[in-house]
Amino acid sequence: MSTRTPLAYSPKILELFKNPKNLGRMNDASVVSQAGSPACGDVITIYLKIDGDKIIDSSFESYGCAANIAAASILTEMIKGKTLKEAWDLTWEDVANELGGLPPIKYHCSILAVGGLKRAIRKYFEEIKREKPEWLPKDLSKEERQALEEEELIERMYKKYGVVP
Amino acid sequence: MVKISELLEQHGKPSREVYLDNENSGWVPPEVVEAMLPYFNQKGYGHPSITNLPGWEAYEVVESTLELVKKTLNIRSGELVLTHSGTEANNLAILGTALAANKGKRRKIVVSAIEHMSVLFPARTLEERGFKFVTVPVDKEGFVNPEILSMLVDNETLLVSIQMVNHEIGTIQDLKTLVKVVKDVDSEIIFHTDAVDAYGRLKIDVEDLGVDMLTLSSHKIHGPKGVGVLYVREGLKISPILYGALSTQKMWPGVENVPAIAGFGKAVELAFRDFEGNVEKMKNLRDMLIDGILETVPDTLLNGPRGEKRAPDNVNVSFLHVEGESITIELSLRGIYVSSGSACTSRVLEPSHVILAIGRKHEEAHGSILFKISRYNSREDIEYVLSQIPLAIERLREISPLAKQSKRSIDEKEVYA
Repeated sequence: MSTRTPLAYSPKILELFKNPKNLGRMNDASVVSQAGSPACGDVITIYLKIDGDKIIDSSFESYGCAANIAAASILTEMIKGKTLKEAWDLTWEDVANELGGLPPIKYHCSILAVGGLKRAIRKYFEEIKREKPEWLPKDLSKEERQALEEEELIERMYKKYGVVP
Repeated sequence: MVKISELLEQHGKPSREVYLDNENSGWVPPEVVEAMLPYFNQKGYGHPSITNLPGWEAYEVVESTLELVKKTLNIRSGELVLTHSGTEANNLAILGTALAANKGKRRKIVVSAIEHMSVLFPARTLEERGFKFVTVPVDKEGFVNPEILSMLVDNETLLVSIQMVNHEIGTIQDLKTLVKVVKDVDSEIIFHTDAVDAYGRLKIDVEDLGVDMLTLSSHKIHGPKGVGVLYVREGLKISPILYGALSTQKMWPGVENVPAIAGFGKAVELAFRDFEGNVEKMKNLRDMLIDGILETVPDTLLNGPRGEKRAPDNVNVSFLHVEGESITIELSLRGIYVSSGSACTSRVLEPSHVILAIGRKHEEAHGSILFKISRYNSREDIEYVLSQIPLAIERLREISPLAKQSKRSIDEKEVYA
């Protein structure tokens, strides 16, 4: 096993960084969610426009590295036209594969993007529709949990450095 | 598996390029390359510790390079140990001192909070071997306060290591005073300084400073990668940390990187030819870049001091609401090569310890960009950089939700005021 930690990106990531698809705030979104924190250096905002059980449009904003921007962009592209159930079933690995692979140290970018999406879907059913489908699990998905952990990580870092946020 | 060749193709070669990442490595001028070439296959391609002509030729260039380095630092006695990098020289200074101290009563190692990782990590590792690891805090511009340092050292202190110039924010320590306060507490405390970012930018007089050990690195002064130097004061006992057979020196085994040492010698010669003129030129470009960025880009913070206490080649700015790695790539696509203190580029997922140590918030550290100027840059280079930075930052702030959220909250405050 190699212990190298390369930071070379797939060409797809650089292409999406240069020309991100579905970038920007959506004013008529059905639901908006955010994952990550400025202190971690990663924030993804996901906008979904929903009609019936289908995602008819999606966009994103991202504060983060190139992998972060690319992951959010390709995710919004992947979910357009999908049903909410199909979108929910996407995993962070699906997004990483679609990007042509991610360096291991950047896996969390894909996790954060999918975490943001699942948060949006959960929020849509819990706060907007107020009616949960059977396929939506009560417990947080892996990606939602890890997004939450990353947000909490900063609390520990502040403690470590003795800084009060 | 990522195909790096395809990444390079996607990036493309920008029509205009300005290299400002001289912190991490740098451009090697043709004169230096020329000085190296004969040592690959024309002369001195042997082993410098062997008794044959190519070996003696190799030894000759090793010796003449070291003599030149000694002259530039006013070293009259003591030894220059050649390693293969500044990182190795720093490790030898820290670990070699600890090994030589063995089971003595001196168990405390004191380093500044903003040292290079190649000082911090070996020093911290020694905690596992029964040493006490203490960091000296710095103020908001990165200066070590001599009084605080004086309070942290005592007659159980083995080693103090404080760099002359900080590699990220360019703070120039008042090293002579720091050495004096340490030696006033106990003259037997060993003082090491990492001078990798000071060499070729500041006049260094080892005798006058009173340091016991000092680190240099070839590629930080436009020499090739692969040569580090540790000066060790006459009479100071350190232990080797690597073992092997052939080398002309006891403290570092393995054959010396002779062609690179020849190139390093030439790089030293060039750095000290018109030293004052080079420094003046770098200072002018530095101030032009700092003033230009702060004037044209809103929501920016200069990290480190201004004026004479800042290294002549260092510019470090935090761009708020955007993340540093994105900035390095956005600027790279525009042919401008810089580095960042963001967590994303560090591989440890924590932002620069230097930027945090001067009291910046995590999000301010994530957006920090280090521009390191060299004497090979021109005013036109800086003009080009200043024409691109506002565009690059604006594009990334368009992508970022934070810039707009921050703006929205300001607007709302105005509305509700």
